[in-house]
Amino acid sequence: MPDPILQIAGLDARYGDFQALYGVDMTLAEGDVLAIIGANGAGKTTLMRSIAGLIRNGADEIKFRNVPIGALRADQVARRGIALVPEGRQLFPSLSVEENLLIGGRSGRQGPWSLKRVYSLFPILEERKRQPSTSLSGGQQQMVAIGRALMANPDLILFDEISLGLAPIVIRDIYRALPGIVSQGMSAVIVEQDITKALSISSRVYCLQEGRVSLEGASTTVSREDISRAYFGIE
Amino acid sequence: MSAGPFKVTRSSRAARIAAVAGLIVLLVLAAAPWWAGRADMRLLSEVFLYLALASLWNLMAGYAGLVSVGQQAFVGFGGYLLFALTIFAGLHPVVALLAAGGLAALVAVPVAALLFRLRGAYFAIGTWVMAEVFRLVFAQVGALGGGSGTSLPVGIVKSLAASRSGREALSYWLALGAAAGTIAAVYLFLRSRKGLALTAIRDNELAARSLGIDIWRTKFIVYVVTAALTAIVGALIFLQKLRISPDAAFSVNDWTAFVIFIVVIGGIGTLEGPIIGTLVFFALRETLADLGTTYLLVLGLVAIVVMLKAPKGIWGLIQIRFGLQLFPLGYRVLGNLANKEN
Repeated sequence: MPDPILQIAGLDARYGDFQALYGVDMTLAEGDVLAIIGANGAGKTTLMRSIAGLIRNGADEIKFRNVPIGALRADQVARRGIALVPEGRQLFPSLSVEENLLIGGRSGRQGPWSLKRVYSLFPILEERKRQPSTSLSGGQQQMVAIGRALMANPDLILFDEISLGLAPIVIRDIYRALPGIVSQGMSAVIVEQDITKALSISSRVYCLQEGRVSLEGASTTVSREDISRAYFGIE
Repeated sequence: MSAGPFKVTRSSRAARIAAVAGLIVLLVLAAAPWWAGRADMRLLSEVFLYLALASLWNLMAGYAGLVSVGQQAFVGFGGYLLFALTIFAGLHPVVALLAAGGLAALVAVPVAALLFRLRGAYFAIGTWVMAEVFRLVFAQVGALGGGSGTSLPVGIVKSLAASRSGREALSYWLALGAAAGTIAAVYLFLRSRKGLALTAIRDNELAARSLGIDIWRTKFIVYVVTAALTAIVGALIFLQKLRISPDAAFSVNDWTAFVIFIVVIGGIGTLEGPIIGTLVFFALRETLADLGTTYLLVLGLVAIVVMLKAPKGIWGLIQIRFGLQLFPLGYRVLGNLANKEN
C-alpha cells in the first residue's frame, strides 16, 4: 500500500459545547479516492471542515503527509495543498465566474491546473466567464466551485455533498469529469448521499453514524446489507 | 466563442454617463475658487473631507467588516502631527500632512495587532477606548497646548501661499483632492488582486478562508491603509480650522458618529453610498442648522427610519429599483436570462 497522504486518528471535533465527531480514525492512500457516506447529521460535513481547517482540532488528530495539521487555520491548510469544494457551492456572488476561479489560484501553488485547463474540463464556464456566478444554474455553479478548488492545484481535494440539489443530468456530467481530475495523481475525499455513485467512484468507503465510523472497507467488497446496517444503525 | 443570446458587461450606460458627469462635476468643482464665495468654498471643503472620511470608513466596515467607532484616533493623530511637524520640525504643511499619514500607518501596526484580538462589538469598543488613549496622550503634550490646545502660527499659515485667497484656494483644492483621491484609491483597490480577496471575504468568509486567503492579513492591510489616509484627512481638517485641541481632534461625535450616519444612510458596502450619504447629511445640516439640538434629533430619526425601511441605505434602494451601478465593480447580465439550462 502506498504511503498515506492523510491520516486521521482519534478525531473528536466540536462546535463549542457540541461534540460532532467521536474518535474518528481514517486513512487515505496517495492517489486514492475515498467516499464518505452517512445520514444527515452523521458528521460528514464536520469531518470535511475539520480536514480543511475550518474547525480546529488537536494538531496530531489530522496529519497530511505525516505533518500534523489539525490545529492549523484554513488558509494555512489550503496553502499546504488541500482544497475544499464546500457544501452548497459557496461561490462569491459579487465576482464573475472567472474571478471566482482566479481567487482559487491565489495560493500560487504550481501544477497542471490553470484557467485554460478548467475551461477545457467545463467548456460552459468559458462561455460564461464574465457572468456573475449567481446567474449560473446550480450545476454550473458546482462546476465553478470544483474549478475554483482545482485552480489551487491541490494534492488532496475534498468534495462536500458533491451532488446535493443538482439535476440528475448535471450529476452525470460532474461524475464524468471526476476521473479526469483524480487520474492526475490527486487524492480525493467525496461526501455523497447517493451510495451507488459513492461506491462507483471510490476505492474505499467509510460510513459515519452519529459521529462515529460505523463501517470501513473497500468499495468493491462492502455489501449492501453491511451498508444499510452501518447507515441506519439497524442490527 | 459565443456569449449566448445575452451580453455581459462590467460597464453599463449608467456607469459611462456617471463617469462623464463625474468628470464634469470634478472640473466645475476644481474651478470653484473662480466662481464660489469664501463661505461656499469652506462648506464645500468640509463636504469633501467628510466624503473622504465616509469612503474610508465604508471600506473598512462595509468591505472588511471592521466596524470601528474609533477612527477619530487617526483624525486627531493626523491633525496633531500636522501641527507638531510644522511647528517643531519646520516642515511645509503639505509635506507634513503626507508625513502624518506615513506615521499614522506606523502607529496603526501595533494598534491593529492589539485590536484584532477582539471581535465584533468588543472590537468596536476597543477602537473607541484606543481613541480615548490617543486623546489623553496628546492632552499631556505641553508643547502643543496640553488640554486646551494650540493654534497654527501665522508664519506657517502664510507659508502655504502669499495671499489669503491663494491659501483658501489651495486648502480647497487639497480637500477636493483628498475626496477624489480617496474614492479613486478605494475603487482601484477593490478592483485589484487584494481587493478581489477583500470582496471574496465580504461575500463568503468561510469559502475565502478555505481557498487560502489570509483573512487577518487582508483586514490588517485595510486597517493600516485606512488609518494612514484618515490621518491625512485629519491633518487637512485641522489645516482648515487652524486650531486644534484634544476635545475637537478626538471627537467621537464629529469624526465617527456623523461618518457612520453618512455611510449607513447612503448605503454601506457600496462606493456610491458614502457620496449619497454625504449629500443627505449636509442637506439636513444646512437646512436644520437653526433648530439647535432638534437637528440632532432629526438626524437620529432619519437614521432609525432608514435602517428600518432600507437597511441597505438610500443607494441600496435605488440599486434594487433601477439596477444601477455607477462604479463598475461587479458584472451585469443584459438580455434574456430565462433560457439558462440546469
